[in-house]
Amino acid sequence: MSTRPFLRLDNIRKRFGSIVASDGVSLEIEEGEVHSLLGENGAGKSVLMSMICGMARPDEGDIVYKGQLVSFASPRDAIRQRIGMVHQHFMLVPNLTVAENYILGQGSALSVISDVDTVHRKIRELSERYALNVRPDAIVEDLSVGEQQRVEILKVLFHGIDLLILDEPTAVLTPQETDRLLSLMGDLVKDGKTVVFISHKLDEVMRVSNRISVMRDGRVVNTVKSAETNARELARMMVGRDVRTELPRDPKPPGRVVLSVENLACRAETGLPAVRGLSFDVRAGEIVGIAGVSGNGQTELSLALSGLLSVDTGRVALNGQDITGLDPAAINARSFSHIPEDRHKHGIVLPLSLSENTILQRYDQKPFAKGGILNRRAIGEHTRDLIKRFGVKSRDENQAIGALSGGNQQKLVVARELARNPDFILVNQLTRGIDIGAMEFVMEEMLRQRDSGRAILLISTELEELFAICDRILVMFHGEILGELPPDRNRLDELGLLMAGNKETAGTCGVDKRSLGRL
Amino acid sequence: MDDIISLTFLATLVGAAWRLATPLIFASIGEVFSERAGVLNIGLEGTMLVGAFCGFAAASATGNIPLGLFAGVAGGMLFGLVFAFFTITIKADQIVVGAALNLLGMGLTAFLFRTYYVSTGKGIEIAQPVHIPWLRELPFLGEAFFRQNLIVYSTILVAILATLVLYRTSFGLTLRAVGEHPKAVDVAGRSVLGYRYAAVLVGTGLAGLGGAFLTLGHSNQFIEGITSGRGFIALAVVVFARWSPIGAFFVSLLFGLFYALQLMLQAQASIVVPYQVLQALPYIMTIITLVVFRGKGAAPSKLGQPYEMR
Repeated sequence: MSTRPFLRLDNIRKRFGSIVASDGVSLEIEEGEVHSLLGENGAGKSVLMSMICGMARPDEGDIVYKGQLVSFASPRDAIRQRIGMVHQHFMLVPNLTVAENYILGQGSALSVISDVDTVHRKIRELSERYALNVRPDAIVEDLSVGEQQRVEILKVLFHGIDLLILDEPTAVLTPQETDRLLSLMGDLVKDGKTVVFISHKLDEVMRVSNRISVMRDGRVVNTVKSAETNARELARMMVGRDVRTELPRDPKPPGRVVLSVENLACRAETGLPAVRGLSFDVRAGEIVGIAGVSGNGQTELSLALSGLLSVDTGRVALNGQDITGLDPAAINARSFSHIPEDRHKHGIVLPLSLSENTILQRYDQKPFAKGGILNRRAIGEHTRDLIKRFGVKSRDENQAIGALSGGNQQKLVVARELARNPDFILVNQLTRGIDIGAMEFVMEEMLRQRDSGRAILLISTELEELFAICDRILVMFHGEILGELPPDRNRLDELGLLMAGNKETAGTCGVDKRSLGRL
Repeated sequence: MDDIISLTFLATLVGAAWRLATPLIFASIGEVFSERAGVLNIGLEGTMLVGAFCGFAAASATGNIPLGLFAGVAGGMLFGLVFAFFTITIKADQIVVGAALNLLGMGLTAFLFRTYYVSTGKGIEIAQPVHIPWLRELPFLGEAFFRQNLIVYSTILVAILATLVLYRTSFGLTLRAVGEHPKAVDVAGRSVLGYRYAAVLVGTGLAGLGGAFLTLGHSNQFIEGITSGRGFIALAVVVFARWSPIGAFFVSLLFGLFYALQLMLQAQASIVVPYQVLQALPYIMTIITLVVFRGKGAAPSKLGQPYEMR
């Protein structure tokens, strides 16, 4: 084998407007290794890889692949050179079949589609070889997210690649599906392929990679062998300082029931049932987690609780008062706070200032308004106070909130919701799209709220987040609660089985992980 | 009242329905292509008018109907090119540009017609019905289906061809993908903008053909606003047909039936309903259709959205 690296990036620079996404990145990938790119959101991992697969061109710097200087004008050029990428947002057309997605863009535009059987056969062969369980005639939109990802991986293999780039592939998977994927990476390497694995999850990166490159602020800060490092060291490189992994909490038992949900059912926007008869309580001084693969009714549950989606049957009571079917304003007024999943849609109004966003629910109340006229001074004071207490990084309270980073936007949402002194806090995806610093902060803040006697329902797809701060975890699948577990990392297998809808086997844990991949 | 239910009446009705549906069939199948690629062209009305005028002008100059039809298609596509440039390249709002082109189409054709033709009052020779031997003699069916002109017959060919292209060719597959997930097409190495241009040109070419039929195969004259809202009805047809070419063919026939029905009912002395109500029938059906079949489910998910290059 030659000592020349398989892929070498030399001083790559890329700017988008005033944002520097890649600030002189140099990196070497060796043939036949799993090389992880570790970094926080916005560290520049995806942008870097998009330049390797032809989605973007570097402003400066060289890409040397198999000993040759390359420059890709399009992803098609990259695929011709046997480089394929599985994107975080799938590049699959939902209303087409798997096979149709694979032949999209192949051959002459004017050709008649023939030879479907050959394509189907090739897909079946590849699917069997890597145990991916992909049916060529399935319509993509009928498949689960995990299945779609396997379709996407197989698509790249179908086109024939030597270098596979996986961008945050485990974000949408159950723990078992993640195990399957990590072992698939091993299989691919055995077949002589090279894998670049982009992730921000330390444990997965440690398990699967030969070498790890850590990115921060558009640069590679270090490349290390996974055998010679540990999670703590990686976290420090990623954030630039020490990170606390365990958060302390008060062992006090929970108090009275604050939120009580009985037999709640509602339908998704599509008219299909999304929540099917849920019942649970949340008590004062506890954080109840709801785990589940996204799309299992969590979104609808949180919308229904906060009054944004109408309820078909069932009852929601807050502090003993029935709040079912009330509008969001009335629910908010009953000491209910909501930190929504999609803050851009339900949390804040991007072009409005921090001040205006702070009083979105209370713009008509004293002291913020009097006789229909806004009291700018009171609003400004209140906002400045929140900015200071929650460490929101901004120019001033009059800046548009859209100009802030995701982490700072989320801090302001959290600040606003907590400032209303709620008894109950509904949180959906507390840490989505925010950096580790902000993540630590909002999680600690949630624990403080818990310790001061508030009831919190935390819906999340990030199991780490749930393990870190919940008192108990409910697992949601197809709109139902399949089980309840303590936040014990040793019971991850059981949690994963429940997330995959497997109630029977979840009780008898320790089953062969291999057999679960097909779930 | 006997007349209404007689077999002859029904046969004439069906025959007229097909004839009256013809411009709708062309325009709506064209719009299916455009919308499947994610481009909502509400400028169909203006495009059809341009097609109708160009067809009339070319035929009255040369006396050649095929040439007139060709001019109608070309005129429609030229108009489509303007729409495509503004909506696809410049990424202007499709509704605004479409509305502007409707106004332009109406104004431009009226102006040109008044300037060059209105004083002559000259009509043209329109396409003659082709009677298919034997079949035309069939009771009922003969009158209904086998005494049309070639343009009307060609709607069947267009519907079949459109279906084959959309579902059985690489072009059609990519076109459908462009309206659903353009980025996937981009990543697969095809030009999203190129496909959208192609889709709009197919759409406006067919709309131009539909317009040209009005002057070359139906009336022998160009009249200001001769399309009388057919471009808008074609948009409704596409929704009702759930973006399928064969569906567009049959739904257009249904609308053709409403046109034919209102015409023939007007001629019935025994009907006491004011004729304006009957005339409004196709438009009322359009509104009802849109309310009942507004179904979002089948619409291409990126309909109306410009594609931002990576």
